[in-house]
Amino acid sequence: MGFSEADITAILLTLRLATTVTILLLLMGAPLAWWLARTSSRFKGPIGALIALPLVLPPTVLGFYLLLALGPNGPIGQITQSLGLGTLAFSYSGLVIGSIFYSLPFVVQPLQNAFEAIGDRPLEVAATLGAGPVDRFFSVALPMAKPGFFTAAVLGFAHTVGEFGVVLMIGGNIPGETRVVSVQIYDHVEALAYDQANQLALLMIVFSFLVLLSVYGLQRKSHRQVLRFGS
Amino acid sequence: MCMDYKQICSSLVLIMLAGPANVEAAEATLAVASNFTAPANQLVEEFESQTDHEISLVFGSSGRFFAQISNGAPFDLFLSADQEKPRALIESNLAVAESLFTYALGGLVLWSSDEQLVDGFTVLDSDRFQKLALANSRLAPYGVAAEEVIDQLGLLNALQAKLVRGENIAQTYQFVFTGNAELGFVAKSQVYKNNSLQSGSAWNVPANLHSSITQDAVLLQRASGNSAALDFIEFLQSDRGRSIIQSFGYTVEE
Repeated sequence: MGFSEADITAILLTLRLATTVTILLLLMGAPLAWWLARTSSRFKGPIGALIALPLVLPPTVLGFYLLLALGPNGPIGQITQSLGLGTLAFSYSGLVIGSIFYSLPFVVQPLQNAFEAIGDRPLEVAATLGAGPVDRFFSVALPMAKPGFFTAAVLGFAHTVGEFGVVLMIGGNIPGETRVVSVQIYDHVEALAYDQANQLALLMIVFSFLVLLSVYGLQRKSHRQVLRFGS
Repeated sequence: MCMDYKQICSSLVLIMLAGPANVEAAEATLAVASNFTAPANQLVEEFESQTDHEISLVFGSSGRFFAQISNGAPFDLFLSADQEKPRALIESNLAVAESLFTYALGGLVLWSSDEQLVDGFTVLDSDRFQKLALANSRLAPYGVAAEEVIDQLGLLNALQAKLVRGENIAQTYQFVFTGNAELGFVAKSQVYKNNSLQSGSAWNVPANLHSSITQDAVLLQRASGNSAALDFIEFLQSDRGRSIIQSFGYTVEE
């Protein structure tokens, strides 16, 4: 007994969603993490806390507020409607937006830790050699923070794959559009199709284990702790 | 230390002796299908005011309850959204066969939180909405019924691209309530109270457009001697219980 066509559609959709979200999060997360690592602004605390909120909030809270926000009377819904996009709940774009909020801390925190671990010294040396701020970021900070980027990408990807509560709230269970693997597993369980649920769930466990193994393996090699969950 | 221990023990004994004023009083935990949330709350409130029993309610999807009960969840009475799951529990000796009964027949409504939108079923054939929410037909009898209605009206193909599915009828209601779906097929009990529509606009789907939504309840094996659960079953079947159930838009069997 292999995966059904619906299972495979869900797996492919999940991989597509996680890839899109990871790329967007790395692009958005890097400047944000750089700022958090370097700033002494009094907004550092509040912004850091805001980014970390999804770590502690139940996904249902995030999902419920997203549903309200994306709706025709919500702030995001108002914007998307005035841009002629309609409302984004029950669409792939809506899921991307939800996942960005949901996985943000998993990308920003490893990057911030990596940037902080560089310390001032290499950047000061670069400055005395005549490197401007932009040059310092691209030719000193980015290469030195490479393990942090790897961890951030892997965790952002894996966390989006494991997303459930938010998708359940704003997804609407549309095949190929919003029905991701975690929702498909839930459906199998609810429909008492335990064999099919088992197969997909097992795949998730193996995938997650390998992901974490690669992150911890890399950390051991680089002797630098960029992942602060566990280990 | 020794004295403390004795004191604790004796006060515990006192509490245990003094606790239930009525020797008949008992506690029961009910697993209730989410469409029956509102009536269950009112039924329990009235039941508790009449007796010394205490009832705890747990709401959720029948499929999840089935999985939990099969794995030893501590429920005493199961109010399912269908007939299949209580019967499957009886077959696996987890429920008491003689206790099986139909407590409600569900009603389906096409509902919108917009007061102007629903003017009978004709709205389904219009371009006045983008999304139509219904419960997942693989999981929920209300979803099966909704698909049958759309099919009967000959609109299944036309509406396919507009359908969004809630995991259960509670989530379907949430999609429509928040306006993310302009229209949805929800349980009558979610929008009716005291026999009147609480908000928005609705079309009562005639029962001949879909197969009946028969909701069965069953006593679970562990509760075969639980007086709270047994008395509550009796209350559900009493005239007062039935009239409460009906006031939320359900029909009850004669």
